[in-house]
Amino acid sequence: MEFIDILIIFIKILVMFAVVLVTVAELVYTERKISAWIQNRIGPNRVGWKGLLQPYADVIKLLMKEDIVPTAANRFIHTLAPIISIGVAFSTLAVVPIAGETITMFGRQVEMVIADVNIGILYILALTSMGVYGLTLSGWSSNNKYSLLGGLRSSAQMISYELSMGLSVIGVIMVTGSLQLTEVVAHQSGWMWNMVLQPIGFITFVVAAFAETNRTPFDLPEAEPELVGGYHTEYSSFKFALFFLAEYANMITASAVITTLYFGGWQVPYLELLELPTGLVVALQILAFMVKVAFMLFVFQWVRWTVPRFRYDQLMDLGWKVMLPIALLNVVITGVVILLLP
Amino acid sequence: MQGQTHDKYTLTFWEKLYIPEILKGMKLTLEQMLKKKETRLYPEEKWVPPPSYRGAPVLVLEEDGVERCVACGLCARVCPALAIEVQAAETADEKERYPERFEINMLRCIFCGFCEEVCPEEAIVMSPTYEMVFTKYEDALFGKDQLLTPAAQLRPRLEFLRAHR
Repeated sequence: MEFIDILIIFIKILVMFAVVLVTVAELVYTERKISAWIQNRIGPNRVGWKGLLQPYADVIKLLMKEDIVPTAANRFIHTLAPIISIGVAFSTLAVVPIAGETITMFGRQVEMVIADVNIGILYILALTSMGVYGLTLSGWSSNNKYSLLGGLRSSAQMISYELSMGLSVIGVIMVTGSLQLTEVVAHQSGWMWNMVLQPIGFITFVVAAFAETNRTPFDLPEAEPELVGGYHTEYSSFKFALFFLAEYANMITASAVITTLYFGGWQVPYLELLELPTGLVVALQILAFMVKVAFMLFVFQWVRWTVPRFRYDQLMDLGWKVMLPIALLNVVITGVVILLLP
Repeated sequence: MQGQTHDKYTLTFWEKLYIPEILKGMKLTLEQMLKKKETRLYPEEKWVPPPSYRGAPVLVLEEDGVERCVACGLCARVCPALAIEVQAAETADEKERYPERFEINMLRCIFCGFCEEVCPEEAIVMSPTYEMVFTKYEDALFGKDQLLTPAAQLRPRLEFLRAHR
């Protein structure tokens, strides 16, 4: 590994980081706008053109606030928890391929993925499970009953839904025959998206992804009417901002993973028939990837402002009695179909 | 007690599947999302009140530059909030009396319109003005200079009063 290779990876990381940060900021904006539209309101429209700079004003306001650590809190873990959350949320994106072709940069063939590890799916599942530590530790270290309840709920919820998530991914792995995300995407050329091949797995994965990202209807860890603010009740200023950022970054990660696994990632159907120059192809593939992710993000927000929150027992029932059997069934069906088809 | 309990609603197969029902809900919210919004963007887009609206009370100024008020003091007498103060004086005009000083304390005014109702000369009417902001107490005391409004501006209200009183 030469210096130039490290530099290229560094640039890729930096670009990804910047894109995600800006997307998070604008997600806050779209969240407010979409909620407003659904409720027949107009939404933020004062800061910047059509209110586009609203999230930046929000962030500045947030950072100006006093950073409070409760006296009875465990100071070290209280600080560590948001760092875990944000670290996990960002590092998952490292394995997501955003385009298929390579481009030439500094005389090297640069792949459009930060790290093309051969166990990409495993890496994603492992890291998303790590995310629960951030929430649970924040709940526990705050020394507040509401935070603790939020943290406990999040751990129970995420572990329950991790199972069906992992099992629905097995369907994709069986179809593709690889854990490498670039191959998963390459396998979905044309319209052979996994969404079409794995409709049951797709639904269970999306539902599980909603639960994993703590979005409504599964936002029990921060259910305001019951738990004040949930696990981040005792957080303020920068640490709260980090949790906020992590939540939205998780949403982006989930959307990117759903896109990669089920929407065919960067695949643009029948693009290869046009025989365009490589640069244009890469640009179109990145654009396709971004459009798919944006659509998924919109669905996330759309569902949030449509579906009311589950009760805790309903959540557990759904996770263990419905999602898990369906995901298992999907594995069996996929296996039988693969066995019967040549 | 019989008949007090409600039968538990049993979901049909399709409702139990959750997903179709959620999609129905999402269709509904999407329709709401695309609807035209009724919100008025206030400071840019101002509301024009109808003639029946009771805004700040003002004194009617005739075209010849003389106010209609004859300083009878009925408005000050009827005002439930004691917001009006009138000081009469004599004049060589036909009406013989005129208000030397006419002051409405806009912080006390409750926009009830009693002054307008009681006025025999139709000299004090409720204008359509609804934007009144003061930073000092003194600013809220409207004297004659602020109250006198040309009759032409108050035409819709005067016509409304004539038609409905």
